[in-house]
Amino acid sequence: MTNSIEDLEEADCILAIGSNTTEGHPIVGLRIKRAVMRDDCKLIVAEPRHIRLCYYAQQWLRHRPGSDVALLNGMMNVILSEGLEDEEFIRERCEGFKEFKKVVEEYTPERAAEICGVEADDIRRAARTFATADSAAIVYAMGITQHTTGVDNVLSLANLAMLTGNLGKEGAGVNPLRGQNNVQGACDMGALPNVFTGYQPVTDAAVRDRFEHAWDVDYLPGNPGLTLMEMMDGAHKGDIDVLYIMGENPVISDPDVEHLKEALDKVDFLVVQDIFLTETARYADVVFPAASFAEKEGTFTNTDRRVQRVRKAIEPPGEARDDSWIIAQIASRLEYDMGDVSAPRVMDEIASLTPSYGGVSYARLEEGAITWPCPDAGHPGTPILHIEKFTKGKGLFSPVEYKPPAEMPDEEYPLILTTGRLLTHYHTGTMTRRVRELDELVPRNRVWVNPADAERLGVEEGQEVAVQSRRGAIKLEARVTEKVGEGVVFVPFHFGESPANALTNPALDPVAKIPEYKVAAVRILTGKSMAGIEYSISTI
Amino acid sequence: MEKIHMNIDGKDIETTSDRTILEAARENGLRIPSLCNEQRMEPYGACRICLVEVEGARGLLPACYTTVTDGMVVRTATDELMRIRRTILELILSDHPKDCMTCESTGNCELQDLAYEYGVKDHRFRGEEHHYEVLADNPLIERDYDKCILCGRCIRICREVQGVGVYDFVNRGFDSVPGIPYNKPMMESPCEFCGQCVSTCPTGAIISIPSKGKGRTWQVEKVRTTCPYCGCGCQLDLHVRDGEIVEVSSPVMVGPGQGNLCVKGRYGYPFVHHEDRLTRPLIRKGGELVPAGWEEALETVSKHLRKAMDGKGPDSIAFLSSARCTNEENYLLQKLARAVVGTNNVDHCARL
Ligand code: SF4
Ligand code: SF4
Ligand code: SF4
Ligand code: FES
Repeated sequence: MTNSIEDLEEADCILAIGSNTTEGHPIVGLRIKRAVMRDDCKLIVAEPRHIRLCYYAQQWLRHRPGSDVALLNGMMNVILSEGLEDEEFIRERCEGFKEFKKVVEEYTPERAAEICGVEADDIRRAARTFATADSAAIVYAMGITQHTTGVDNVLSLANLAMLTGNLGKEGAGVNPLRGQNNVQGACDMGALPNVFTGYQPVTDAAVRDRFEHAWDVDYLPGNPGLTLMEMMDGAHKGDIDVLYIMGENPVISDPDVEHLKEALDKVDFLVVQDIFLTETARYADVVFPAASFAEKEGTFTNTDRRVQRVRKAIEPPGEARDDSWIIAQIASRLEYDMGDVSAPRVMDEIASLTPSYGGVSYARLEEGAITWPCPDAGHPGTPILHIEKFTKGKGLFSPVEYKPPAEMPDEEYPLILTTGRLLTHYHTGTMTRRVRELDELVPRNRVWVNPADAERLGVEEGQEVAVQSRRGAIKLEARVTEKVGEGVVFVPFHFGESPANALTNPALDPVAKIPEYKVAAVRILTGKSMAGIEYSISTI
Repeated sequence: MEKIHMNIDGKDIETTSDRTILEAARENGLRIPSLCNEQRMEPYGACRICLVEVEGARGLLPACYTTVTDGMVVRTATDELMRIRRTILELILSDHPKDCMTCESTGNCELQDLAYEYGVKDHRFRGEEHHYEVLADNPLIERDYDKCILCGRCIRICREVQGVGVYDFVNRGFDSVPGIPYNKPMMESPCEFCGQCVSTCPTGAIISIPSKGKGRTWQVEKVRTTCPYCGCGCQLDLHVRDGEIVEVSSPVMVGPGQGNLCVKGRYGYPFVHHEDRLTRPLIRKGGELVPAGWEEALETVSKHLRKAMDGKGPDSIAFLSSARCTNEENYLLQKLARAVVGTNNVDHCARL
């Protein structure tokens, strides 16, 4: 997030797009609701499904899944044609405006409406509300990124923020909500194939030099490594001999489960380090029992870049050990001494090698959270980014054209499937589905079907149906509800017994390599036509 | 907002004009009793326990509801005020079960604390007492309106903070309680099971079912940590007794949630103690994963890593790190990949 969670309450307008905030990020959702209830903030929700946030919104734009760029270009077209842009901000702080403008001029609200399914006048109204607010914040989540056009979607949101001068000030900003507790931290720490900590590129010889020196090794590789999807493809081709997975469960979270399972089968040697024998761990050759969050010291970095402490409250069960110890043991058996791997000492090492974490230390964290960038011990941290200027010089407008999702509905597979989260469960369900009370609240998976589609298909509330895509099929109960639009069905992805990702499309965004979870073509089967469909990868 | 000077109980203090008397006192370490007030909500001014004397004002004023002015002189503990507070407490206790022995909130009850402080042992008022049925119509939240003091905090936090509005005062007069309209069970209401109402209820009227009977506040150790679920990063206090997490709360006005949580953060902790937890390393032998010792497991893994490094080379090895693990662990894993094995094949599931 460029701005902090608290700062959302300062916004005069919030555009929540591709984020079911009250369920995916409940406490951010709470701030948005309060901004609306207490301070008359105008909320615009752009989302194919009717989500709880819609009750608080001044305007709900139900655009078709995967049509975000068209909708946003349409809004920006209105802003430009009505002269609502922030000329000074564009002149002083941005570049690339002309090329961008040329593209946006093609997207009249009428044309955008045709693509995204939102009335032209509603696009106009949303554009005016956003552009005329003193400060307008954008909040988005996986509904924006999990598309083959994910990067385009994000660039369009940056365009909108720059066009209206909504960066680097209170109550504004572009605010991605990260899915899991420490996605931000995992990225910051260089758990990425192309960068060390703090996004320092592995291709930069000077950076490598610094790390070689600090880590006391002669050589660090300078070629970017493989992304998760590429690793799996590599495994298929027989290029990957050993795969070492710490604390992840891709067998449920990966798109195209079948492809992934084959990949795991092909790998010569699979190591999984986790707290449960997950669907993924079942494929392992060696499983290490790890400690849970309550059993170790450390830090998480949340979605607004706040580094916060994790503290040990209890002992790990049996012989389970924390991940740091396990990693150091492996290192030492490969003749590398990691030294003291206690959390405070490791953080000192991180701080010494990572400019944005330079001022982070356990002594300071005792006083409270630190928001990076925090370059040195005396620095207070940075809750709002880009205040006077962008970190990288000028803000660059990107001309972005609408591109349809990789797989569109057709005669054979006439419905659009979109996937997402529920409030009560979390990610692949390994944790929440093992909490009896939570599982009682939401015990099973359901596919949401619009009443019109249901009627056409002869599907009733509570009936068992199968959802099938070109990649797989799952069986589950139908929930007939207006909350999804006609032609769209929704399946949450927390349930191993009917995994949504057996259906999703592994087509990737060409740059970010994020799969298109939010759009796949499916059909619904009932009665006899479901025969033979029995799909479960659940271990719970 | 201007700076102002005032005096509370003979102490000169400086504060700002947007504060209430209660807030100004609190910030300066002076305690005025309160019941219907809580920092997460707007002042309400219903219980009158916070009445104070303000020089020059007609009548007594609720400290939680009165904003400060420059030169204000406040007395919080005159004989008259003490008498009034005692009467208020006696009135409340006249229709309150005195089963503190078994009440879930003992030691963590604002009513009990005030009764103790003001020495209100029994009550002079004998009258009709309520006997409601205890409502446990869902797996998480239990309501016992016999213990309700009608402070309205549950209603207001659900409406003002959570933005849901499950409760409202139902029935009239003497029978008024903060119920769910039409007596609907919680599961059929729009309740999100955030437990915000549990966290604010000053008595034992609304409690969390999973922590019932698991430990008094002085029997648990509270460990401050960060929620392991979504990216909001709410601050949690894990209540630990004999090596078991028995409850989770969130410190008020601290962290992104300011004391508010969602259902996962507040009630999602028991997975930690689930019987499915892995407790020993496992090694595949004859197609089956069987328990093994650490030494053997670590050796097996290092041997395979070494073999691949020396064979096809470091790039035939790939690491998946975790958005669930700590920063330090992620750092060490990419260090293992890069410095020890010699590959940049390290990623995590951020994209998923
Ligand atoms: S749990 Fe949350 S949503 Fe439910 S009644 Fe209490 S405050 Fe309201
Ligand atoms: S249930 Fe608790 S919070 Fe609600 S009005 Fe009664 S005492 Fe107050
Ligand atoms: S309590 Fe809920 S909103 Fe807060 S971090 Fe945990 S999962 Fe997210
Ligand atoms: S605390 Fe002031 S009236 Fe209740």
